[in-house]
Amino acid sequence: MNSKRLKFSLSTFGFKDLLKGLGVTLRYMFKPKVTIDYPFEKGHLSPRFRGEHALRRYPNGEERCIACKLCEAICPAQAIVIESEEREDGSRRASIYNIDMTKCIYCGLCEEACPVDAIVEGPNFEFATFSHESLIYDKQKLLENGDLWEDVIAQNLKERNQGY
Amino acid sequence: MKEKFSFFYEKIYPFWRENLLFLGEIIFKIMILILPLLLLVALLTLFERKIIAAIQLRRGPNIVGPFGLLQPFADGLKLLHKEIIIPNRANKFLFLFAPIFTFTLALSVWAVIPFGFKQSISNLNVGVLYVFAVSSLSVYGIIIAGWASHSRYAFLGALRSAAQMISYEVSLGLVIVTVVLCAGSMNLQKIVLAQQNFWFVLPLFPMFIIFMISAFAETNRAPFDLPEAETELVSGYNVEYSSMPFALFFLGEYANMILMSVLGTIFFLGGWLSPFEELPFTWIPNIGWFGIKVLILLFVFVWVRATFPRYRYDQLMRLGWKFFLPFSFIWVVLTAAVLVFFKESFPL
Repeated sequence: MNSKRLKFSLSTFGFKDLLKGLGVTLRYMFKPKVTIDYPFEKGHLSPRFRGEHALRRYPNGEERCIACKLCEAICPAQAIVIESEEREDGSRRASIYNIDMTKCIYCGLCEEACPVDAIVEGPNFEFATFSHESLIYDKQKLLENGDLWEDVIAQNLKERNQGY
Repeated sequence: MKEKFSFFYEKIYPFWRENLLFLGEIIFKIMILILPLLLLVALLTLFERKIIAAIQLRRGPNIVGPFGLLQPFADGLKLLHKEIIIPNRANKFLFLFAPIFTFTLALSVWAVIPFGFKQSISNLNVGVLYVFAVSSLSVYGIIIAGWASHSRYAFLGALRSAAQMISYEVSLGLVIVTVVLCAGSMNLQKIVLAQQNFWFVLPLFPMFIIFMISAFAETNRAPFDLPEAETELVSGYNVEYSSMPFALFFLGEYANMILMSVLGTIFFLGGWLSPFEELPFTWIPNIGWFGIKVLILLFVFVWVRATFPRYRYDQLMRLGWKFFLPFSFIWVVLTAAVLVFFKESFPL
């Protein structure tokens, strides 16, 4: 038996490779964990993050949406439904603004199409519910979202526009 | 009225009165053994998940209770209130009998396990034989389950499982024969006491390795978890089971895992004996040493599962029949020869 074969059989019967593998796993056991402890600890969100939709208002409380229906037209999933009508003061406003969140693919085309920055996708991604119906958002819900997240959304929009 | 039950009053009642204490004592002993055992099995599942999570840089269950300690009980409760689904054309009796059988066997082996000097439910003189006989029977539970499920996956899993367990039991038996030769007794307590000078791992180290690998195969654990190869057989012999029957299989499997670690401890690591009879080592009580050794072996089970990929079926059979069997045969003969040689040349 030459020395090469002797070496090979020694390492085979000495479980050389198996022990090496076990060593690797043992070393990894004491490494710091990479998982985020999710509900208690959250990861970083980019200002470009596309989460739950919101309809924004102007600082004076007037809603931004002018019912131009560009978002409805561009929506690739056809999740947006808009009906417009003339308000008492003669301005054009949306009477119905529905987004089916189960159809939406969160592509962000609606906020890109919007000429007045009314519809935006906010940073919230924790809007799971127990029924399909409650995921079909109407104008009321979207405006409420806008009021709730306005600070963060405004900050995010600013950061987005600062970029390249 | 009394005449009708005269048999009861004449025969059974006095017997009960005399033996009630004895019966109560035995039931008490069994309870003292089985309740912590089931608790340990539950915690073992958590232990396994935690260790594997740590190796994969994850956190593992940590929400239910401190460090996720209540997770196994939450899982158990969930299993309990699920529906027991019996497949349409399954053999109902056997289908429900198999998990009960498996679980009962997994628990009944513990009758002879010594946890300390004279601390076992029954101190059998042929304890090794008893352990081996009962643990061999568990193949029946699996093959009955696979057959009664009337499902191809379950049946294939059961066949694999049976073939694997039988193949590895052969070499496992030979390993135990060497230990019995060295100890000169089949009594588990005497086997432990025979290791007072040195543990059997030292002279029988290759046999210890074979024992551990066979134990992986025997308990259907990774890297020999072919019977439940998720990628091929969905889940093996227990695919069709749900709720409590599944829980029984699960508990039985993990109890068997603990049993194999306990046997490894008794046969090779000197049971409840402390490594040195000196001060810092004798602070820990005997049962503590027993627990530490068993825990180390259980860790090896989990560690190996987290490390190695699954064997192919033919590789498994080749390893069992072509390497372990001849090797352990040779080792049995060698051990016997050495023992006889020492007895002839240095008669005590």
